[in-house]
Amino acid sequence: MMDFEIINSYIPRFLEAFRLTITIGWLGIALAFVVGIVVAFVQHFHVPVLTAIAKVYIELFRNTPLLVQLFFIYFGLPKIGFQISAEVCGVVGLGLLGGSYMAESIRSGLEAIPPSQTESAVSLGMTKPQLFWNVILPQAFTISLPAIMANVIFLLKETSVFSAISLMDLMFTAKDLIGLYYNTTECLFMLVVSYTIMLLPVSLVGRLAEKKVRYRMFGD
Amino acid sequence: MDEILKIEQLKKSFDDLSVLDGIDLSVKKGEVVVIVGPSGCGKSTFLRCLNGLEDIQEGRVSLESEVINPVSKSTVNARKKIGMVFQSYDLFPHKTILQNITLAPMKVHKRKKAEAEGEALQLLERVGLVSKKDNYPRQLSGGQKQRVAIVRALMMHPEVLLFDEVTAALDPEMVREVLEVILSLAKEGRTMLIVTHEMAFAKAVADRIIFMDGGKIIEQGTPDDIFEHPKTERLQSFLKTFTYDR
Repeated sequence: MMDFEIINSYIPRFLEAFRLTITIGWLGIALAFVVGIVVAFVQHFHVPVLTAIAKVYIELFRNTPLLVQLFFIYFGLPKIGFQISAEVCGVVGLGLLGGSYMAESIRSGLEAIPPSQTESAVSLGMTKPQLFWNVILPQAFTISLPAIMANVIFLLKETSVFSAISLMDLMFTAKDLIGLYYNTTECLFMLVVSYTIMLLPVSLVGRLAEKKVRYRMFGD
Repeated sequence: MDEILKIEQLKKSFDDLSVLDGIDLSVKKGEVVVIVGPSGCGKSTFLRCLNGLEDIQEGRVSLESEVINPVSKSTVNARKKIGMVFQSYDLFPHKTILQNITLAPMKVHKRKKAEAEGEALQLLERVGLVSKKDNYPRQLSGGQKQRVAIVRALMMHPEVLLFDEVTAALDPEMVREVLEVILSLAKEGRTMLIVTHEMAFAKAVADRIIFMDGGKIIEQGTPDDIFEHPKTERLQSFLKTFTYDR
């Protein structure tokens, strides 16, 4: 069945790939979060011109596969004079795809706050910024948190298409080793183990965070 | 007594629908004015115009010398002097009771936390809710939430308090605990405008009762005038809806 000596010998290469995958994955998620916040705020405050651009951006990136986006950035941009490394390409690709998802998650939280919250804050004499930072945003974040966590997990898994732009991530490493030595079972086993180690803690931390944050507003 | 709130020829419409049709009203300092009338007569909208939550098409609302409506830069400032309590409480669900009532004093009036909390605890004591200070709004009953909402408004030291059907969403046994608080505020000599369907309460608390219908003030006077000697036919038939004949 499975040869654990082979698995043992593969561990250094998988560790390498693991490091690369989580580095690019988390950098991409950080970028996605920043892009998502900016785009959601632009829409929430109906910033002229930018709101229209935000809508086009969201629909464009939400409705095309990450693989296609990566090809565009990696092979397309050099043709118009922008040379970027595969690593930067991975971060930017993940950040832009994730940004469109994050924007929608944050916007849904912002829209879920009833107007009466604004009215009661305003009638207490609060200014618009005071009301936004102290009343609207903390509640919106609480409501968005499960969706944001789902996005994080989804984005980490999406890193598996990075191999297509020759980034030596987990998927690339597994395929490479299978091609060289035909130890398919061992490689696929390592893949499953690696992704589980990468994602299980995220899931658990996410659950804890949700529990802690949501308790205030919703009880258990 | 000095006039504090002045409403002149107030007109408000939603698109083609006229809701308030030329209202004049002058409220004196320390006066308790209760507004009654059938559903949809515009009384809640009227109250919301008084602190600029609704914009108006014609007329003027002013607090002492400051214009509140039509809404302008001075509205934000004048609004700090008007407290409002809503039917649905509208506490901030992500904050504890103590945080709910100290947020605006700390942000708007820049008061120190310890000092604001000191006053908050005194007021909570007064409405019997000190023990709930670290609870979240979802853990309180409707009547308790509404008492907190009143305290939250009081913390801003308003010159005028507006109450918009504050007991309409409450169970009958909770209505009383909220109304007692409002009654005690009336005894302190606070200026208040109250929209309510509780006629017995209106009779007890009001210096003046306003009867509105179809976006107009139809009749006004002391509780005795309104309840015992209604002049207009519309008020008479409105009052009849509160009594039952076999």
